[in-house]
Amino acid sequence: MTTNQRGKGDSPHLCEAPSGPFRQMGTVPFSTLNVIIAGLGGQGVLTASDILAEAAFESGLDVKKADVHGMSQRGGSVASDVRFGPQVLSPMVPPGEADFLVVLAEDQVAIHQSALRPGGVLISPEMIDAQRLPNRRSVNVALLGKLSRHLKIEPGAWLEAIRRNLKPALHEDNLRAFEIGRAPCEEQ
Amino acid sequence: MKQSGRILLSGNEAIALAARAAGVALGAGYPGTPSTEILEHFSRLGGKAQWSPNEKVALEVGLGVGMGGAAALVTMKHVGLNVAADPLFTAAYTGTSGPVVVVSADDPGMASSQNEQDNRRYAVAAGVPMLEPADSQEAYQYTLAAIEISRRWQIPVLLRLTTRVCHSKSVVQPEPPAEPPRGKGDSPHLPERPEGCFAQMGTVPFSTPGFVRDIPGRVMIPAYARPAHRRLRKKLDEIAQWNETSPLNQVLPGAEKGTVPICRNGPEGASHKWGLSPFPHRRQGIVTSGVAYMHAREAAPDAAILKLGMTYPLPLEKVRQFAASVESCQVIEEGDPYLVEQLRSAGIAVEGKPPMYRFGELNVARVRRILAGDASPEPDPPRGKPPALCPSCPHRPVFSVLHKLDCIVAGDIGCYSLGVLPPFEAMDSLVCMGAGVTMGLGLRHVLPDEQARRVVSVIGDSTFMHSGITGLVEMVYNPPPSGHVVIILDNSTTAMTGLQEHPGTGRTLDHRPTGQIVVEDLVRALGIRNVHVLDPTTESERLEELIRASRAANELTVLITRRTCLLAAGRIRQYDSQNEERA
Repeated sequence: MTTNQRGKGDSPHLCEAPSGPFRQMGTVPFSTLNVIIAGLGGQGVLTASDILAEAAFESGLDVKKADVHGMSQRGGSVASDVRFGPQVLSPMVPPGEADFLVVLAEDQVAIHQSALRPGGVLISPEMIDAQRLPNRRSVNVALLGKLSRHLKIEPGAWLEAIRRNLKPALHEDNLRAFEIGRAPCEEQ
Repeated sequence: MKQSGRILLSGNEAIALAARAAGVALGAGYPGTPSTEILEHFSRLGGKAQWSPNEKVALEVGLGVGMGGAAALVTMKHVGLNVAADPLFTAAYTGTSGPVVVVSADDPGMASSQNEQDNRRYAVAAGVPMLEPADSQEAYQYTLAAIEISRRWQIPVLLRLTTRVCHSKSVVQPEPPAEPPRGKGDSPHLPERPEGCFAQMGTVPFSTPGFVRDIPGRVMIPAYARPAHRRLRKKLDEIAQWNETSPLNQVLPGAEKGTVPICRNGPEGASHKWGLSPFPHRRQGIVTSGVAYMHAREAAPDAAILKLGMTYPLPLEKVRQFAASVESCQVIEEGDPYLVEQLRSAGIAVEGKPPMYRFGELNVARVRRILAGDASPEPDPPRGKPPALCPSCPHRPVFSVLHKLDCIVAGDIGCYSLGVLPPFEAMDSLVCMGAGVTMGLGLRHVLPDEQARRVVSVIGDSTFMHSGITGLVEMVYNPPPSGHVVIILDNSTTAMTGLQEHPGTGRTLDHRPTGQIVVEDLVRALGIRNVHVLDPTTESERLEELIRASRAANELTVLITRRTCLLAAGRIRQYDSQNEERA
């Protein structure tokens, strides 16, 4: 897996077959996979991290998810850490050790870029054509679809987690958004 | 969410689940990040939960529940325990017939608080046992343990949490299993689940509530309080003795040498070096508690760790033995040097952290630095976009007027604290709940007349119910020569903590109709004649006129700016229509 540069969202290397979650990490001794989801209050950062955490949980993995509530509800920057693997210790991703950084707001990319480990993968909103989404508020779930291409989590676990975390009225739009995000790049 | 006995829960949800399983009769508290979701979840699980006007009231209600022989769960954020400290200290003397667990949710790093006080100090100061869970599984187990310890020694127990324990989600296996869970028992990284005196919790019902008179035990006149204090110290000695062998504290040897690489990195950004421990026989030792354990275990996989679950009264002999068995003994704790001071004063040689790590949260990187003795400056954390008042928030026009009139604003705690930020910059003080009213009065008493007349106090509706009423009593009783103006920002909810009800909304914690405190009626009943209710969004000019007029008059004025929080309006309509259907 190579570092994805900002501005090259549709570069072909992201279309490679999803790689497994338990590669040998250089800096994390327990084969823990580290994902940070970031954006602004109201964009669905916490919903997205809940969906990811539950999808990993559904897969039988140990999971920890850390975020800070409170002031984040007032439109400020929000970030949520999700870690999963055979056994997770600290709930927070150590600085510079994120394997994946999923950012929902373009202007938040620079702020969080340093959270990625060398070789970590950035998933940013420009990788999704928001015009194609049935509901523009589903960018968070569409980006999870992108992320899902890299993770060995069964589609069923994702779909179940999406259903659990969203109102029934939003299921159809968000399941579609997930599919659009998950589709190979050439189909977009 | 649930999967074959596993559940993914936040620490707050896990506490609620345990409280429900243990048969807690009443949960009481005041909303405060990061504690708020405990009672909300307890209520969703069918428990009886209520918001009190403040934490002191909540604890006192809880003590009454305990006195009646039932179990109480009282929740608050760290600064809430300052408000509830008065009953806590004497309740330690009286003890409690039924279990009373007091949850203090501390906020190291101040994600959403005005200070980062370390409430472990309260356990020592008041003389109540204290438990510190490290994740959601322990939040569940330690809640059961706290209830059992409180029942067994008839003493209130402090369950001390931090933001990362409260809000992080992790896997919980709720039922105490007959056998250790597979794959965990032989792991060097996670402690065995505690068992023993509280393993049967949830299956043993409490005695039926009922009144049993015990005047010398509960009426703390000096003659009865003197022996009560001696009883408390005796109980704490017994509990300390029990804690020496309690399953809450565990020695975890760490990974075998050579099987797991040890990370010995310097400052962030430096290349990581990997190698084997230089001490083949005697390992590095770490004493830790709470979520700091998780960071420490990850940062030092091969260290021997004494993980303390009950951090007051401390198992000093256990720590002494542990410290003697390791090469060096480092304390890893977030916040104050509480453990370091306690252990050193007991004559146990332990290493503390450099003072710079007293500030803010710990994480794996910071623990690596502490273990490496690295006190070099840390890289600045990423600075994101700060929060702001919502675009059409009804507080906005109020702070625009205050800014325009160059008021000296004694501020208070809530969403409206954001009135301090640009473009308003219309707040000159923020200390604690209710201080907006009273600090404004103090300013009025001493400032030169021209400045005194510019002083305005602002306070939200929920904060007013919490601690503002006594401030108005003070204002009527000791009025400043120039009078005073108090603006009650009434958005009909406790917005900052996530839209909770309060006594002014007329709805209970679970949004059912109940008695309602009408702010203007209460204010008028105190004898304040200039009381005006206005809509800040449509009547900002009138607000400006009223503030200007009050500057000239030497009178007491209360302005109630009333418009429902935009985030709450939809929900409130829904609650009201549901309540109408029920009626």
